[in-house]
Amino acid sequence: MTNMLKSVWRFFFGDSARAFGSVSLILLVLLAVSPAKNHFSQWRYYQKQYLHLIRGRADAVTLERHFQGGIQQIWIPQQQVTDRCTTCHLGLKEASLADVSAVAFRKHPVVPHSLTEFGCTTCHRGQGPATTVEEAHNSTEQWEQPLLPAKYIEAGCGQCHLEKQTATPFLNQGRELISRNGCTHCHTIKRGDGTYILSDDGPPSLKHVADKTTREWIYAWIKDPHAYASTATMPNYHLSDNDARDISAFVIAQSTALQPPIQVQADAKAAEDPAAGTSLYGQSFCASCHAMQNAAGNLVGGNVGPELTGIGTKAKPEWLQDWVANPNHYDPDTMMPHYRFDANQVATLASFLESKTEPDFAANVHLEPATAVQIEHGKKLVIENGCASCHEINGIKKPENFAPELSRIGSKPLSQVLFVEGVEHSLPGYVAAKVRNPRAFGPSLKMPQFSLTPQQIDAITTALLAQTDQAQTQPPAMRIASVQQTKYEPAGHAGQLMRDLRCLTCHVINGHGGDMAPDLTWEGTAVQREWLTQFLRNPETLRPALIRRMPKFNLTEEEINTVADYVMTAYQTPEFDRDSLPASEFTPAMVEQGRQLFYSKFACQSCHIADFTKDKGYIGPALAGTGKRFNAAWVYHWLQDPQTLRPGTIEPNQHMTLEEARSLTAFLMSLNSTGSKEAAKK
Amino acid sequence: MKRALLATCTLMLLTDGCSHKTKQQPASLQPTAAGTAIVESSGGKQIGYIGMPLDQPVVVQVNGASGSAVAGAAVYFTGPTGVTFTPASALTDSSGQVTSTVSLGQQAGRYKIVASTPDATGKNLQLSLDEIALGYQQTVGAQLNAQYCIRCHDPESTPLRVSNMDNLSVKPHPFTDGDTLNKISDAELIAIISHGGPALNKSAEMPPWGYTLSKSDIAALVSYIRAVADPPYEAGGVVYAQR
Repeated sequence: MTNMLKSVWRFFFGDSARAFGSVSLILLVLLAVSPAKNHFSQWRYYQKQYLHLIRGRADAVTLERHFQGGIQQIWIPQQQVTDRCTTCHLGLKEASLADVSAVAFRKHPVVPHSLTEFGCTTCHRGQGPATTVEEAHNSTEQWEQPLLPAKYIEAGCGQCHLEKQTATPFLNQGRELISRNGCTHCHTIKRGDGTYILSDDGPPSLKHVADKTTREWIYAWIKDPHAYASTATMPNYHLSDNDARDISAFVIAQSTALQPPIQVQADAKAAEDPAAGTSLYGQSFCASCHAMQNAAGNLVGGNVGPELTGIGTKAKPEWLQDWVANPNHYDPDTMMPHYRFDANQVATLASFLESKTEPDFAANVHLEPATAVQIEHGKKLVIENGCASCHEINGIKKPENFAPELSRIGSKPLSQVLFVEGVEHSLPGYVAAKVRNPRAFGPSLKMPQFSLTPQQIDAITTALLAQTDQAQTQPPAMRIASVQQTKYEPAGHAGQLMRDLRCLTCHVINGHGGDMAPDLTWEGTAVQREWLTQFLRNPETLRPALIRRMPKFNLTEEEINTVADYVMTAYQTPEFDRDSLPASEFTPAMVEQGRQLFYSKFACQSCHIADFTKDKGYIGPALAGTGKRFNAAWVYHWLQDPQTLRPGTIEPNQHMTLEEARSLTAFLMSLNSTGSKEAAKK
Repeated sequence: MKRALLATCTLMLLTDGCSHKTKQQPASLQPTAAGTAIVESSGGKQIGYIGMPLDQPVVVQVNGASGSAVAGAAVYFTGPTGVTFTPASALTDSSGQVTSTVSLGQQAGRYKIVASTPDATGKNLQLSLDEIALGYQQTVGAQLNAQYCIRCHDPESTPLRVSNMDNLSVKPHPFTDGDTLNKISDAELIAIISHGGPALNKSAEMPPWGYTLSKSDIAALVSYIRAVADPPYEAGGVVYAQR
């Protein structure tokens, strides 16, 4: 063995000439390593593959002319983009390569942003300067930012687009879910433009909770909110029996009596007909906001207010009566309007709601009277679990920054993330796992369990991944700001009345309010006062196909006049005068021409009803009573450009001439039916 | 002695390096029965989004010779690159069915997924289902469709959205009506949407949307209509001169 090695050594390095020759050879090989590495580099392989692909195609000449060899780079210093992705992804701009099966060479799908303006990593993330697949797409030790998985791709959009966009349904859904589930009661989430994501779940105050419900119900509820209502947004804290006992004891103990106290009108009588409650519930359009399970077990109704399937188990009968009579008494901040029911109606509706029970829910809960030690322990638990982050509780301050801030969660370095068994080793994987089952990361963690579908978890993950360093630090010109609600409130006596009726729960006025009902910002220009008072007295059906409709609030004449005066005065567009087109200008010939336009040229009857006896379209409001409802000037301007008067309306702009708009207005203003199908039948 | 050790080590290293380990197969199924047919129960022809799980799981059923469901038969799901199944294989339950959640790949378009089950002779019975993945442009189209078009163009009613189709004298084509819509060129579709029915001698009940929607919105709608067409739309493509 040793002899053999010695002879080899002698052969190469035996004398100075041999040694020189050998060393030169080694040097030459070493020198060749670098160019060889370059020659065999991955991107050259991809470029050869690409050339091979396009040479087999019919439009090879064109494609070859577009091809540029060597490392390609998109450099946009303002956005810190240095992307060499186009070195391998050579067909991104080639329309004819939309159908190739190799993902690397396929044309980029149509998006509103150009490659040269935004680069690749702005939306897709990954390592722009890298020239190997592994480094560009995945995490390596030095470079951590991997590509965003396709299902979270809208997180890329969300870094700049803070507004609700048509093209990003999951991002929108994720942001809504974050608000809806009250995530930001505990976590601060600041957007790039300095605004915050706010919660809109409206957790109830617990200051007077003992007036509303029993300790047994609270016990069962905090043990498992979803056992009471599948739509509950309160998460599950997985409390032990003893902890739930002590928390319920404390919550009841801290509650003070309402001032003035709840009083039930003794002389009120619920209607004897058992169907009366159901029909009052229907007539008052409670289902616009509240869901309730029907006999078939389906949830029917809106999600503005809480589900009412088991309300009789939850709420005390006297509280229900008090609430139905005037919700402001128990909760001045509620979104629920103050219906002006008479005492008998209150009793009827309350007894209907009382009959909606879930008998199994709290039936097996038997609690001994609470001891002082238990109450004290309950208070400790309430503080530890941050209950006051969401709920108002007597004697406990809302904690500040109870949970980690999530403003930059999408850029969190993996080295700062603690992974557990079964969680994919990536940031999206971590965020999704945390939302799905927070306690999997440690039984002592405080974050509770939310009830979300896999798709909702992905949507929330998308919205959180959009919260990156880039989103926070990029130049303001890159950002499309979110539309924030204004702080508008109607003023004066009418303002108080409109606040009492919670008009803004459903209607938007001057940029503040809900999206369930039409924007009323220019309502004073649109409608006639006579019609408005009649409508407030007894709301008729304007859109026959809608389930959600304006309820009857049982207003007094004085209240109706106050609201009508205010609407007619304050809600006027500055663009034109509502009286600028008097009815005397319309001739019978114009009316006839308008009728032709309505039925033939524009086929308005597809969506609107002008005559209840023959028209059937019910997408838009019925127009049979236009002459009594609207001002001619409004109709005239609306026909020319509906979107300017009410942004987002689905009425198409028909691009009609002024003469056409005038004739059509003449025809519509001649429609004087009282406006309901029933009336037409009579 | 030393030499022998060295030789063994080298040999071990060599064999280890050269052997190609076969890919880890999922725990193989132990079917207790075999069917004679595999049929779709639900979940075919869904419209989903790239990279996302479909709304409804895919449910297939294995039937025996008498047409009754077979429990305990093995069902395997396969699909094009990027499609994932949870689970990818399973035994049929007591009602003869297997339910799998399907996530589509990263390319917009149609995905043919295949569910297969071996029959008694070991021959594979196959069932293929089409699923549609919407990309960015089609998603925009889908959203616009839901806002502006669906009320007339979709005959289905839901409690929150009553179909207006029956109220129209000329019935609009549902966007899935490939037999009709595939024959209309992109340019013509864009013209009808932009200028309304009368522009192409069709019903005035179709209003012009060109003054309400942008050009890119209308292009997105067309791409959505093409994506959901049934039978599928096949683009003619550009014809280039041969070299």
